[in-house]
Amino acid sequence: MTFDEMMQVAPYSLDAESKERLLTERLTALTLLHRERCGVYRKYLDSIGFEPEKVERYEDIPFIPVRLFKQLDLKSAADEDIVKVMTSSGTTGQAVSRIYLDRATASAQQKAMIKIVSDHTGSARMPMIIIDSPSVLKNRMMFSARGAGILGFSMFGTKKMYALNDEMQLDTQGLVEFLEANSGRRIFLFGFTFMIWQHFYKELVRLKEKGITFDLSDAVMIHGGGWKKLTSEAVSHDEFHARLKEVCGLADIRDYYGMVEQTGCIYMECQCGHLHASIFSDIITRRHKDFSVCDVGEKGLIQVVSSIPESYPGHSLLTEDEGIVLGQDDCPCGRKGKYFSITGRIKSAEIRGCSDTYAAKF
Amino acid sequence: MILMQQNSEILDRVSFLAGDRAGLLAAPELPALSPFSQEIISMLEMVSRQLMSSAGARLYPDVTTFAFWIRRASLMEMKQRFARNDGGICTGRGVAFHIAPSNVPVNFAYTLAAGLITGNANIVRVPSREFPQVELIAGAFEQVLSQDKTLRPYVNLVRYGRDDEVNAFFSAMADIRVIWGGDETIASLRKALLPPRAVEITFADRYSLAVIDSESYLSAEDKTAVARDFYNDTLLTDQNACTSPRLVVWLGGEKERAKEEFWRNFHDAAEKKYQLQPIQSVNKLASSFLAAAAFEKCRIETHEDNLLIRVNIPHLGKDIMDLRDNSGFFLEYDCADIMELRGLCDDKRIQTIGYLGSRDMLRPLLSSGIKGVDRVVPIGRTMDFDLFWDGCDLMTSMTRKIVVK
Repeated sequence: MTFDEMMQVAPYSLDAESKERLLTERLTALTLLHRERCGVYRKYLDSIGFEPEKVERYEDIPFIPVRLFKQLDLKSAADEDIVKVMTSSGTTGQAVSRIYLDRATASAQQKAMIKIVSDHTGSARMPMIIIDSPSVLKNRMMFSARGAGILGFSMFGTKKMYALNDEMQLDTQGLVEFLEANSGRRIFLFGFTFMIWQHFYKELVRLKEKGITFDLSDAVMIHGGGWKKLTSEAVSHDEFHARLKEVCGLADIRDYYGMVEQTGCIYMECQCGHLHASIFSDIITRRHKDFSVCDVGEKGLIQVVSSIPESYPGHSLLTEDEGIVLGQDDCPCGRKGKYFSITGRIKSAEIRGCSDTYAAKF
Repeated sequence: MILMQQNSEILDRVSFLAGDRAGLLAAPELPALSPFSQEIISMLEMVSRQLMSSAGARLYPDVTTFAFWIRRASLMEMKQRFARNDGGICTGRGVAFHIAPSNVPVNFAYTLAAGLITGNANIVRVPSREFPQVELIAGAFEQVLSQDKTLRPYVNLVRYGRDDEVNAFFSAMADIRVIWGGDETIASLRKALLPPRAVEITFADRYSLAVIDSESYLSAEDKTAVARDFYNDTLLTDQNACTSPRLVVWLGGEKERAKEEFWRNFHDAAEKKYQLQPIQSVNKLASSFLAAAAFEKCRIETHEDNLLIRVNIPHLGKDIMDLRDNSGFFLEYDCADIMELRGLCDDKRIQTIGYLGSRDMLRPLLSSGIKGVDRVVPIGRTMDFDLFWDGCDLMTSMTRKIVVK
């Protein structure tokens, strides 16, 4: 099946067997494509003696650490065909991933994302409140993960407003006006988990004490970026939900898991609180001792596979996140495919040795 | 007065595992001792006994090795090798300030012992991580020195966070500064000025390799012992010490057979003792990709698990160590002629060659004018500390000579 044919299939409609057949075929084809077009990737496949005819299912396809996109320029397209370079948002001084997109891959990312998100929010576009500052998008040549997330999700917005100014303060007046202008319509809120907590939720609490309240009971919020910073503030998933509901009535809150290295194939949280893999991609949890595949319910390193990347060899990646596959095809929400939870990022190593620089490795 | 108050605030950030503040502040007034002085040898012998008889020390082979190194017979043997009698008077320089690496448990003890043997008073920054080995050794010194008021101020074991002011304070007191911990630590400590006459000894980032003659290995009687030795050379310190082989070079006519047996035995030994963390598996996968990316015709050897990852490289270049990793990641090279290592060993970062076979096989290489390689030792002994380290003669560097004519 080509990617265009995949677009004709509903994103959570394939059972395990059909999905395996589909992904095995598509991912094997992508492996061969990247072997032909990316010299570095070909050298790696040669070094492990990769034989495509021995691939029985997509678990057998080699995976490479996602971190390599920070260390090497990996691309499978000619320079003149690159239309966009996406970068991960690293803190200053850290290396960032560079992901090269040609027109076909960029467009496939968008299409897949529309299919996935619409399945959760409905296909009608909504007035959108972006809980971030507009300056994130200033440099249009270099898309950071935050910028890419905002731009990606902006496809689902009609009118848009940025809720924060450049000092990351809530634009209370703007928010009041936007909500008045769109009263009676379902509102779409989007932002990064920690920023929502820090700059939106906390401000709403402060305003409520002064008697200013907002009613967002008919809104849907999609947030991503991970829980690491909130965990350090001891805010759990359930508390995040409960507190937002308490302060503004917001009841429909969806997390998502995704990364700039596989933009488009995001994993959305369903109403049962499970992250779901669509037909465009999958996650495989692996044991770190030998990279064998974990059982359902067993925590392991997360490998992500995606049917989208044609312009860079990122169709099969080993992340540094850990998670648990909770089940397949049988989530109470009715969606087919694997559903899972993320447990966090693996610990950086405390390695012995004479040199003190162990922490500065990446 | 203001100065004293400042000093007091700075020292508030320092905790003592042995010695105390008053003793430390008086260290510059202490007499320098002669190298291998009777009182130091006796004191170290008591520490050695204390460690050998403690139950905790037996759990840690690195503590036992240290205790063995400072026993009287070992020190007398060192004295034989290092003492030169040319009529002058040899003496310690005064105060030695040592910065031990934060992630090796016992290095601090060796550098302290070297400072004592050479007749100096010592301030040693111990690792910030709380290793049981550090507590054991510091406790033994403290115990022995509590009964020896004269020598007690010669031993100050201190712990503090990364702190430029503390570094500057101790550096200003120092006649010798000894910096372990590699390039970054050296750069950071160099911000602190030393007194004009003080000397500095630095141990920069270094890398090591092993050379194995396949026939010699196959004829070795106890292959389990070889595996254990190689484990101590490598994974005991996560294969990340300056002495740990990162590259294994194979010589002779039985390479494939020798490799097969060697790595199987090593895997068995490592499997029992080594705890592989998830990040190490990911690191090694990334490193093998990077090695493969650097060469045509690299071969990542098949492995049933992630404990040992081996990458066979098709030729040796000078920058091969840039591809190194740790925690069970080995570059391997099939070598026809030892002189193929010349380019690599011209790299000044190369420190130790651990060998199995006859050391004579290395002679042509060692005498070819290479710029790297400071030690050539049998496999199993790469970690053995010596007063001759990293090409530096600590006995000479940490003492001074009064010429008397």
